[in-house]
Amino acid sequence: MNSKPAMSYFTVLTFIIKRELTLAYRHKDDVLNPILFFIIVVTLFPLGIGPATNTLATIAPGVIWVAALLATLLSLDRIFKSDFNDGSLEQMLLSPHPTYIIVLGKVAAHWLITGLPLIFIAPVLAVSLHLDDNAYNAMMLTLLLGTPVLSFIGAIGAALTVRLKNGGVILSLLVLPLFIPVLIFATSTINTAAMNLPYQGQLAIIAALLVGAVTLAPFAISSALKVSTN
Amino acid sequence: MWKWLHPYANPETSYHLVGKLIPWFAVVSGALLTIGLFWGLLFAPPDYQQGDSFRIFYLHVPAASLSMGIYLGMAIAAFCGLVWQLRLAGAAVAAMAPVGAVFTAIALISGAAWGKPMWGTWWIWDARLTSELILLFLYLGVMALNSAFDDKIAAGKSAGILALVGVINLPIIKYSVEWWNTLHQGATVSKLGKPSMTLDMFYPFVFCFLGFAFLSAVIICIRFQSQILQHNVTRPWVKKLVTVEENKHAV
Amino acid sequence: MSNHVPLLSSKHLTCIRQDRVLFEDLNFELSAGDIIQVEGPNGVGKTSLLKILAGLSFANEGDVLYRGKNIQQQAEEYRQNLLYLGHQPGVKGELTAEENLEFSLALHGQTVADTEQTLSEVDLAGFEDVYASQLSAGQHRRIALGRLWQSTQKIWILDEPFTAIDKSGVSKLEKLFLSHIQQGGAIILTTHQDFNLIASHVTKLTLQYRFD
Repeated sequence: MNSKPAMSYFTVLTFIIKRELTLAYRHKDDVLNPILFFIIVVTLFPLGIGPATNTLATIAPGVIWVAALLATLLSLDRIFKSDFNDGSLEQMLLSPHPTYIIVLGKVAAHWLITGLPLIFIAPVLAVSLHLDDNAYNAMMLTLLLGTPVLSFIGAIGAALTVRLKNGGVILSLLVLPLFIPVLIFATSTINTAAMNLPYQGQLAIIAALLVGAVTLAPFAISSALKVSTN
Repeated sequence: MWKWLHPYANPETSYHLVGKLIPWFAVVSGALLTIGLFWGLLFAPPDYQQGDSFRIFYLHVPAASLSMGIYLGMAIAAFCGLVWQLRLAGAAVAAMAPVGAVFTAIALISGAAWGKPMWGTWWIWDARLTSELILLFLYLGVMALNSAFDDKIAAGKSAGILALVGVINLPIIKYSVEWWNTLHQGATVSKLGKPSMTLDMFYPFVFCFLGFAFLSAVIICIRFQSQILQHNVTRPWVKKLVTVEENKHAV
Repeated sequence: MSNHVPLLSSKHLTCIRQDRVLFEDLNFELSAGDIIQVEGPNGVGKTSLLKILAGLSFANEGDVLYRGKNIQQQAEEYRQNLLYLGHQPGVKGELTAEENLEFSLALHGQTVADTEQTLSEVDLAGFEDVYASQLSAGQHRRIALGRLWQSTQKIWILDEPFTAIDKSGVSKLEKLFLSHIQQGGAIILTTHQDFNLIASHVTKLTLQYRFD
């Protein structure tokens, strides 16, 4: 009878992403809040440290990246929580399409909704922190390659804690240590660029992290979701 | 596959097997530690540069190696649990995490105590120290996740997945921290290098290391037993065990 | 129906939740043309049983077989032939009734067509373009039930399908159940409701509290 599902993997992927984007579009504050958070956190640093241009320029890469980590962390809860609460998640796990593809779609959509807007805001904030002129390209590239890694790693934590009522604190405990390599390589890329040195090496490492995350993380996320709906 | 392992996948068999191992491990550990610590702390020659303060090495280095070894063991258990659906894997992960965390903490604290006379400061952002600190965070994450669930089995599986994710990340973290460290500060401060030690300093270390390894095995076994009991409170064999124990104490 | 391998069978299933043994060594078979009603008091493990059968939850011991093979070993094949409706309808407030139905059809690999017709079968005619957040919980459930009318799946696992359905709705569903089993399908469900039309086709499976 009906032997094969009618859709190819790619169609399933775009279908899931489209659904997530529709949901986000109709629930805009989910998208806006992490971005506002990102802006406010970055603003706090000059207020706490002082307006000296040199100091701010030194800490700019770190501040922007730490704020990006925290903003991502804040948005992680919504990846699976509402689907878990209303039963959509069960239906997704029971879909004949591979869970890997569905998870990939959900994480990709999460990045489009929270990671991508951060990249657009970042240069404005970098100006306010007097980031070195040479470093802008590097900063944009690290954010472009690094924030998807955050979405993938973060989704593992979100999947593990989706069942918990107050999972937020535990989620940050699980996920932040795993974010450290991204932070280190990203900030050092920007610093190297600011010193006018070639930074392609570090960038390649972040790209490698991204490839690793895309291939491996969906497996961890799928099995975590299976445990959570148990 | 793994047919020979099958009897040990049974909680009752493993409980009793582990129970038999504990006294042996305890005796071996006690003997090795007594010899190793006395030898190391009292009789080994003092270091020509560091004097007696180097002796904390006999605690610090075994703790640091075990902190990583136990994490690896935890990840292996988690892997078996996920791939072959071994039900005891969750119990093993839950048994190992706090022991590993304690060894990590010992390594950090003894490292700080060693650092004060050596480098004149309790803490520096040295690559090894930093990655050890992150390892502690990873352990704490596994423990927090494990205790967040009411359902023991879900807890064990979730903690296992996290341990596996952690073990893949651990080399990356280690590499990144080392790399970050060389970028930010000269390697001169932290360079202990390979402490070239004489053999009469090295032998007690072997005793101490094995002694601590067996000690952690004893603690893990005891915790493993208690985890098995907690996972199986409703099973008839546990109830029988409890009545037998109660009768023993009642007499 | 021709061969004797049942569609779904449970072998020595044991389920322990929160230190309580819900059921132990449970064996039964669901063949084409069967309706099994799982009954028992609240908290006895009916939902857990259905989740295990659907492959959402793991049994502590035992296996679930689909056409004689473990469901874990042929997950995609099994899921193509499975329709599971749990307690939660899986309906998104941000989507309209029709979008919700379209999504769940596509998610389960079915072609999306005739959704308006289907929605009118579950008394939601006129609500197609209303956001589900403005609909009641009962209407959410009926959106989910809409999938039954378009089902190409053989095995239906339904957790309390009749809640929030009125009398005429119930008899409509019963007719649908009847035609499903006559076409070689099989149903396992939980409900507190008694059947009228299909009572003679229903086998009961009673779970009881265990005090040990």
